[in-house]
Amino acid sequence: MKKTILTLLLSFYSVLAFSAGGGYPLDRIETDPSDKPSLQRGAALYQNFCSGCHSTEFQRYERVANDLGIPHDLMMENLVFNKDAKIGDLMTNAMAREDAKAWFGAAPPDLTMVTRVRGDAWVYTYLKTFYEDPKRPWGVNNKVFPDVGMPHVLAELQGVQLDSCNGEDPTKRDPLTGEKVCGLMVDPERKGSMTPAQYDQAMYDLVNFLAYSAEPMKAQRQQLGIYVMLFLVLLFIFTFLLKREYWKDVH
Amino acid sequence: MMNSLLNWVNQRLPVVRAWEDHLAKYYAPKNFNVWYFFGSLALLVLVNQLLTGIWLTMSYVPDAEKAFASVEYIMRDVEYGWLIRYMHSTGASFFFIVVYCHMFRGLLYGSYKTPRELIWIFGMAIYLALMAEAFMGYMLPWGQMSYWGAQVIISLFGAIPWIGADLQQWIRGDFLISGITLNRFFALHVVALPIVILGLVVLHILALHEVGSNNPDGIEIKKNKGPDGIPLDGIPFHPYYTVKDLVGVAVFLFVFCGVIFFMPEMGGYFLEHANFEQADALKTPEHIAPVWYFGAFYSILRAITFDIGPIDSKLGGFIAMGAAIAILFVLPWLDRSKVKSIRYKGIISKIAIVVFAVVFVLLTWLGTQPATVTYTRIAQACTVLYFAFFLLMPFYTRMEKTKPVPERVTG
Repeated sequence: MKKTILTLLLSFYSVLAFSAGGGYPLDRIETDPSDKPSLQRGAALYQNFCSGCHSTEFQRYERVANDLGIPHDLMMENLVFNKDAKIGDLMTNAMAREDAKAWFGAAPPDLTMVTRVRGDAWVYTYLKTFYEDPKRPWGVNNKVFPDVGMPHVLAELQGVQLDSCNGEDPTKRDPLTGEKVCGLMVDPERKGSMTPAQYDQAMYDLVNFLAYSAEPMKAQRQQLGIYVMLFLVLLFIFTFLLKREYWKDVH
Repeated sequence: MMNSLLNWVNQRLPVVRAWEDHLAKYYAPKNFNVWYFFGSLALLVLVNQLLTGIWLTMSYVPDAEKAFASVEYIMRDVEYGWLIRYMHSTGASFFFIVVYCHMFRGLLYGSYKTPRELIWIFGMAIYLALMAEAFMGYMLPWGQMSYWGAQVIISLFGAIPWIGADLQQWIRGDFLISGITLNRFFALHVVALPIVILGLVVLHILALHEVGSNNPDGIEIKKNKGPDGIPLDGIPFHPYYTVKDLVGVAVFLFVFCGVIFFMPEMGGYFLEHANFEQADALKTPEHIAPVWYFGAFYSILRAITFDIGPIDSKLGGFIAMGAAIAILFVLPWLDRSKVKSIRYKGIISKIAIVVFAVVFVLLTWLGTQPATVTYTRIAQACTVLYFAFFLLMPFYTRMEKTKPVPERVTG
């Protein structure tokens, strides 16, 4: 009986895992809302590379500064590029939707809650799987978001990736060496300023920041949760003893 | 001092009588098991929904342009707004979990049978109002699933011949789902339906306290009274069941808070992923799924993939879904068994109720999944079994051999 339940639960879980993917295998990522250095680096990357086109308009600069431990004056000087913005403002964007539509085919979506919509792993993999495709208007395509309208703005960090698969299964491995048969490789002629390992870390930081931005109270929620659960255990013990006392005379 | 105040009030309002009739001298069977926690838990969740709902209303803006942002405002800028919101969203799902358990208890022990038919019918009315309440509440965050889920559900009314298209437009108040729809759903969700639900809950409890509670043995405890006129197997609801229910409350809150604090989205089942994106009338999501608690009926709707004579599959599905809910109302008259409780019913009833439970869970899960060929086949088989459980009930409950029911409750 126990085994059947376990099997059912497991198969249920695998269904969940698959339904999120949409074909391309996603890289695992475990975000950590308590890792402030990572969140700060992610915020810097986000503001420098993403915020030009994407808004995070449900979040305020002040909240980010406070939660990430960034002094307000440093935040305003280095991470807020809109000179009219005040620290308490929402992180909106000056780009007109009509212009954006004309330039990219679709207006860049707001990213405040992108990880809650797509999942951490999807965003992480998306950021790492741009590759050269001359058929596309910006010369690049993406593995998890085929025919995406966005150019590879992080190419100066990552370099230009080439796809050696040509339609072959990217998860296939050589049976002898165990290495991947094909995949995305950075073109040695057009390297970026980061090594692949550095770029992976940078994308981890960026996704960590986006996951924070999607649910800024997550760390607080889990911490408060522990106290609430402990209280409820106590409540259970006392209510149980109370019940036993009253029910002594019921036969 | 307190005593004379109580006397003063009591001469003008029967507070003491009410206290005694419904708590201190309401005699409940002493053999309630875990299934009997869910009634008081449903009341607890109702109070949770009312209180958190009132506080959410203080910051929520029912406006197509501002609703989505106002929910995020509650999540980020309102002190503990995230907690209030998660309590409300998790409470909605738990309301259905608790109510489904409560209904299944009734099914197990024949709590709908004479003389408790009205209690069952009021209960079903509550369930119906709850579905409407949940559906309208789900639209308020104005996310993609709020919008497209409502689009799918409202378009169902379009299947009704002759009046369908006009009816749809009348419900929406517009040619498509718009701010007008949002505003009227807000009004219904926060004012009209809560009043209806509260009224029905009062009727449900008054009817229950008139005839008395059933129990796992399905015995009428009022048949065996002591010389003082108190049922021999009855104990006063207060203090015995108030303290017992407190234990249930503690366990329930442990699970409930576990979800609120550690998995408020419940893997996309309580809060769907697509609903964190603002509603966009021009962008249809890949996979539109209702929230899990409508899954069973949504599956039955989708299971009708074929035309039956003049009835096309769309209308057929709508009728099947309506019938699946409506048939529950007449349950008291479908069960012809001499005994109430499953404990003393025959083997066919026992098998039937297990199959029904499995089928209902399976249908619920299928309703949240995309309709592939295999899944549709399974849903069709389950739909047949769902209706067979009810339609064959008059026959198997009368035919089968039942066990003798004891005189007194068995603890």
